[in-house]
Amino acid sequence: MTKPMPEVAPEKTKDRLIIDASQKYYKVLNQEIRLAVSNGAHAIELRNVNGQRYLADGINKRVKIHVHGTPGNNVGAFMDGPELYVHGNSQEQVGNTMNSGKIVVFGNASDVVGYGMRGGKIFIKGDAGYRVGIHMKQYKSSVPVVIVGGTTGDFLGEYMAGGIVIVLGLTADGDEIVGDYVGTGMHGGVIYVRGKPVPAHRLGEEPARVELTEKDNALLAKLLKEYSTELSLDFDKIMSKPFFKYIPQSHRPYGNMYANQP
Amino acid sequence: MNQNKRGLIPPKFKQVINRELCRRCKRCILSCGFEALKFENGVIGIAGECVACHRCVTMCPEGAITIQKQPLDYRDNEYWTVEIREELYRQSESGGVILASMGNDKPFKSYFDHLVLDACQVTNPSIDPLREPMELRTYLGRKPEKVTVEKDKKGKFQLKGKMPANLLLETPIIFGGMSYGSVSLNTHKALAMAAKNCGILMNTGEGGLHKDLYPYTDNIIVQCASGRFGVNEEYLKRAAMIEIKIGQGAKPGIGGHLPGEKVTAPISETRMIPIGTDALSPAPHHDIYSIEDLRQLIFSLKEATEYKKPVCVKISAVHNVAAIASGVARAGADVICIDGFRGGTGATPKMVRDHVGIPIELAIAAVDDRLREENIRHQVSLIASGGIRTSADMIKAIGLGADAVAICTAALVALGCHLCQQCHTGNCSWGIATQRPEMERRLDPEWGGQQLTRLIQAWSYELKEVLGLLGVNAVESFRGSRERLRGIGLSELELDILGVKHAGR
Repeated sequence: MTKPMPEVAPEKTKDRLIIDASQKYYKVLNQEIRLAVSNGAHAIELRNVNGQRYLADGINKRVKIHVHGTPGNNVGAFMDGPELYVHGNSQEQVGNTMNSGKIVVFGNASDVVGYGMRGGKIFIKGDAGYRVGIHMKQYKSSVPVVIVGGTTGDFLGEYMAGGIVIVLGLTADGDEIVGDYVGTGMHGGVIYVRGKPVPAHRLGEEPARVELTEKDNALLAKLLKEYSTELSLDFDKIMSKPFFKYIPQSHRPYGNMYANQP
Repeated sequence: MNQNKRGLIPPKFKQVINRELCRRCKRCILSCGFEALKFENGVIGIAGECVACHRCVTMCPEGAITIQKQPLDYRDNEYWTVEIREELYRQSESGGVILASMGNDKPFKSYFDHLVLDACQVTNPSIDPLREPMELRTYLGRKPEKVTVEKDKKGKFQLKGKMPANLLLETPIIFGGMSYGSVSLNTHKALAMAAKNCGILMNTGEGGLHKDLYPYTDNIIVQCASGRFGVNEEYLKRAAMIEIKIGQGAKPGIGGHLPGEKVTAPISETRMIPIGTDALSPAPHHDIYSIEDLRQLIFSLKEATEYKKPVCVKISAVHNVAAIASGVARAGADVICIDGFRGGTGATPKMVRDHVGIPIELAIAAVDDRLREENIRHQVSLIASGGIRTSADMIKAIGLGADAVAICTAALVALGCHLCQQCHTGNCSWGIATQRPEMERRLDPEWGGQQLTRLIQAWSYELKEVLGLLGVNAVESFRGSRERLRGIGLSELELDILGVKHAGR
């Protein structure tokens, strides 16, 4: 599952290859990006992005891509290795089925962030929509992480089979941090919510709240340190409130629902 | 999940042992995956456990054992069948959804069995397939609106512009999707080997692609289902075609189901879910809520593979399948696989298997008609699946409009399956629908690959025979030729939907 990553030269601003996305249809823009990557570019800057879809789709090299503007749906879909920086808001399906790499969104994200994610990290500074982290998976060292700085919509972590979802509620201030049906169908992985526990009526049937251990605290500190550094947020402020942990009560929540045919 | 305990339900099958022939080698006991036999001064059957998979019968060196229905006479009742009575017992004892495997076994009308083919006589001579060439080759993929040619420098004609990506099949049969998890790795290997030998394709199903199958890349369709199991960039690259599974005939509208019993360590690794957990794929892809969303997923996969590979969409045959297929074609799919209600599966709620969906014969006819009416038939290839049992079914499906057929149940029967319908328990004594290592190693992939190769070869010869007697020398020419089919014992409406006349007319 994991393959050795090649050494990547540290990025200097003047090393960035600049591609102007103005007036370019997504198919053309993506071809240019792929060509640049196959020609060995370590860092690419996309300017004037205005809704083009499937940026960095399926790219398997460890290239840094800076997106200036608003990318269209499916940014980073099926990608395996790149580091994307979205300097603005993103739309739906950020990191759809991504295998490894990192996506940092300096604005808000929309629905279905990290659908079927298999590894890597997604950091959202602002809010995200519904079905964040749906059907995330994990195996051994491939553990995907989604961290949302603000609030999320309904069905957070639906059907999770693995991975880590953290919601910080930094923009919430008293309002609801998560929506309804948190963790419904969860049978693996873990959800952490900062600030206050998920009200009982918003929690799905499968997850249960458990106490955090030393390992959890260390994990949160490590991930949130990286998160706050990337997004230039106050690490101490983030760690100043308590976290609440939710894991599946059973790894076979639907086991008793079926009976063999006679 | 509740095991097959007797409770209110009487035993269904009994093992009958000929004590004179039996030499007490205990091979039958070892063969049984359901622990239905034991040894106490002789081989004894355990009441109620036998599922009639016949592994013991096949393996007995003396032919000393056979399986019979346990005689038990109920008062006849055409309405409250024995099956219904027993399901009521099971449900009242368990409170559960009845789970079954394989395909719809109810006595709905089979339209294949009411269709006959024409033959050449007198005025249009048949073609002898043994002495004259017959073209069985089929290309799957989008065809251009029109083909333009231009002259090159030497004055020879050549194709102008680029053809969209198409896949070559040496014969119009492929192996349909059966997930690694529902079937064993040895089954997948057998399918891959046969696909390569025969120049056709096999489909990984939604359980991911095991690395042992990497050498067969050119003959593999990878499936991207709602659970997205095993889907990464490597998976997409190692395929000849990518299939988005929207639905399957055995359980239209609901997602895949792999019971926890079958999620062992290797499955946990390929699917990236915890061991022992039920792998339930969600019913919809949660990023596809409209036809535009489907178009988005199709193009995200095309972008990920640089438009080099065709993308297939698999849908179940349901009521408005013609309209749905039209939408799918316009959404950018290159191939549409339609799965009728006889389609098999490794696990499904029995209620859904038996009562949801429509027959593939009607679906293919309706879809082929609709796409032709809208002048978009050339944009997609159609694959018919769901209960294709014989080469006759295949030929009739092609006559009704399909470009090719996909077989699954027939392929498993070729590997030894006796359709005992216990796949969901994971105890398959034949080593096919199981993850138990001691069972799986009974299926030799080399032998399996040869069995499947021979099956495809046999059907291909039969196809040539029928094309020959129809006076047609290429399967492409026969495609959609409703005029060469006639119905028998079908109503006017049924004939109208199928687009065929009644025999005699």
